[in-house]
Amino acid sequence: MSTIQVQSPGMFTTVQDLGRYGYGPLGVSPSGAGDPLALRVGNLLVGNLESAAALEMTLLGGTFVFPEGAIVALAGADFSATVDGSPLAPWTACELSPGATLRTGGAQSGARCYLCVRGGIEVKPLLGSASTHILTGLGGFAGRPLKRGDVLRIGRSAGTPRVIRPAELAKLAPRKILRATDGPQTGWFSRASLDRFFGGAYQVTGESNRMGLRLEGPALETPHSGQMISEGVSLGAIQVPAGGKPIILFVEQQTTGGYPKIANVISADLPSIGQLRPRDEIRFEHVEPAAARALIRQQEEFLISGALFQ
Amino acid sequence: MTRFCYASDQSLLVYLGEEVNLETHRRVLKLLRLLEAEPIPGVRNLHPAYHSILIVFDPVRQEHENIERTVAACIRRLDSIALPEPRLVEIPVIYDGPDLNDVASIHQTTPERVIELHSSAEYVVYFVGFVPGFAYLGGLPQELATPRLESPRQRVPKGSVAIGGSHTGVYPFETPGGWRLIGRTTLEIFDPEREELSRLVIGDRVRFVPVA
Repeated sequence: MSTIQVQSPGMFTTVQDLGRYGYGPLGVSPSGAGDPLALRVGNLLVGNLESAAALEMTLLGGTFVFPEGAIVALAGADFSATVDGSPLAPWTACELSPGATLRTGGAQSGARCYLCVRGGIEVKPLLGSASTHILTGLGGFAGRPLKRGDVLRIGRSAGTPRVIRPAELAKLAPRKILRATDGPQTGWFSRASLDRFFGGAYQVTGESNRMGLRLEGPALETPHSGQMISEGVSLGAIQVPAGGKPIILFVEQQTTGGYPKIANVISADLPSIGQLRPRDEIRFEHVEPAAARALIRQQEEFLISGALFQ
Repeated sequence: MTRFCYASDQSLLVYLGEEVNLETHRRVLKLLRLLEAEPIPGVRNLHPAYHSILIVFDPVRQEHENIERTVAACIRRLDSIALPEPRLVEIPVIYDGPDLNDVASIHQTTPERVIELHSSAEYVVYFVGFVPGFAYLGGLPQELATPRLESPRQRVPKGSVAIGGSHTGVYPFETPGGWRLIGRTTLEIFDPEREELSRLVIGDRVRFVPVA
C-alpha cells in the first residue's frame, strides 16, 4: 500500500472528489471540488477515472513525502511546485521515486490546486463520496483539513497517464466575467439594482470559503427587506441578504435559504468560482437559459472528445 | 396553485402553494415521495422546503422543459397518493439554554412556563435543510414566537434546542446561528454511520421531552 505523508498541510487542504449527490432531503449539500474541471483533468492526466479523490489545496500549498513513490499531477492554479528541489510543471504527470518530496508554494494566480495521484486518495466513502464537508466535519480524511503528520493511502489504478495539449487547455481557463441566468427572484429587483449588478464590478472579500463568496461592490436594494419563505437554493445562486451585498453560494452551500436570489452563475462557469481569491475583481454577464445549456454541453463535449490530450 | 420557475441552468423550482401551511407541506411531501419512488433520469438532487421542491439535474443530459412535463404529470396524481401515518420522534431536552431567561422575560413569563409550553406542543418537520439534519419545525405555540438575536452567534453548540421567530429546532452541528437557545439534547440528530442518517426527516411528528 503506497502512502502520502503530510509534512506540512498548507493553508487549507482537503480530500475532495466530484461530490455527494442525492441527500438534499436530509440537508446535505454535495460539497466536492471547488474547481471540478481541474480535478477531472488532473485525474485523467495520471490515468485515473475523472471522479477519483485528490487533495484540494487552497492559496498556499503543502509539502508531501511519497515513501513508496507515485505518479502525480498538479492541476488548477499554479502553486510553483518542486520535486526534491526541481520545478514540477503543472498539468503534467510525473513519476516520483520512492522517498521523493513534493513541495508546493503560494498560488501565482487563482486559488485552488489539485494534487492528483495515480490510484486516487483512498478514504472511506461517506454517502458515496470521498469529499470533505468542513462545516459538519463529515467525509474526506477524518472530516477535516489535513494536518502535519497525517498519512494518506493511495488506491490502485490500471489507467495510463496522458499528456496535455496546452493550447487546448487554454480553452478551459477560469473566467473573471461570470455568466449568469436569472435567479428565482430576479423579478423582485428594481431595474436600477439589476443594472448595477450586471453593469458593475464586484470584489471577492476575505470572508469567502467553500460555503459561499461574499462580494463587495455596488449595493443592491434588497426587495421585501430580504424576507421570503425559505426554499431550496442552487449551486452558484447569488443571494442578496438585507444590506444588499451579494453572496455566491458555493459547493458546501446550505441546501435551503431565505434570501432573494438575483441571478445564478451558469454551470459552465461554476468551476471558475473555485479559482477566485480575495480581492479578485469579477463581473456578471447576463445570459438566457438556452445559451447556458449550449455552453455546458460544449464544455462537456470538449472534455470527453479527448482533444485536451496528445 | 402550482408554479414552475427556472432557478438556474441546472435546476427547476416547483412551488406547490404560496404560503407555509400543513396542506402545502403534505403536497410537498407527496411529490417528494413520488420523485423518490420514480426517479427522473438525470435528476441529481431534490431540496424540499416549506412550499417548494428544488429539482437539481444534470444540464448535459436533461432540460427544464422535460423535467417540468414529468413533474406536472406527477402533480396531477398527488390527490391519489396516501401518505403513511407519520412517526413520532421524541427528543429529550435539558432546558438550561443561555437564552431561556431572556425568552421568558420577552414573553413576561417564567422559564418554567416556557419549558411547559415548548414541551407540551406537537411539532411537524416541514423539511430538513440548511445543514445536514437541521429540521424546520412547525407548531410552535404562538406565545413562544420570539424574534431572532440581533447579532447571530458565531458558534451555536451542537445539540442546542432553539427558538427563531415562529419556529423551533435543534442544531445538529456546531454552526453559526441567530436563534435563541433554550436547551440542549444529547440525541445525535445526524450520524452518517447510522443506517437512519438523520433522526428527523421531513414529515415526522416531534415532541420535546424535558429531562433533568
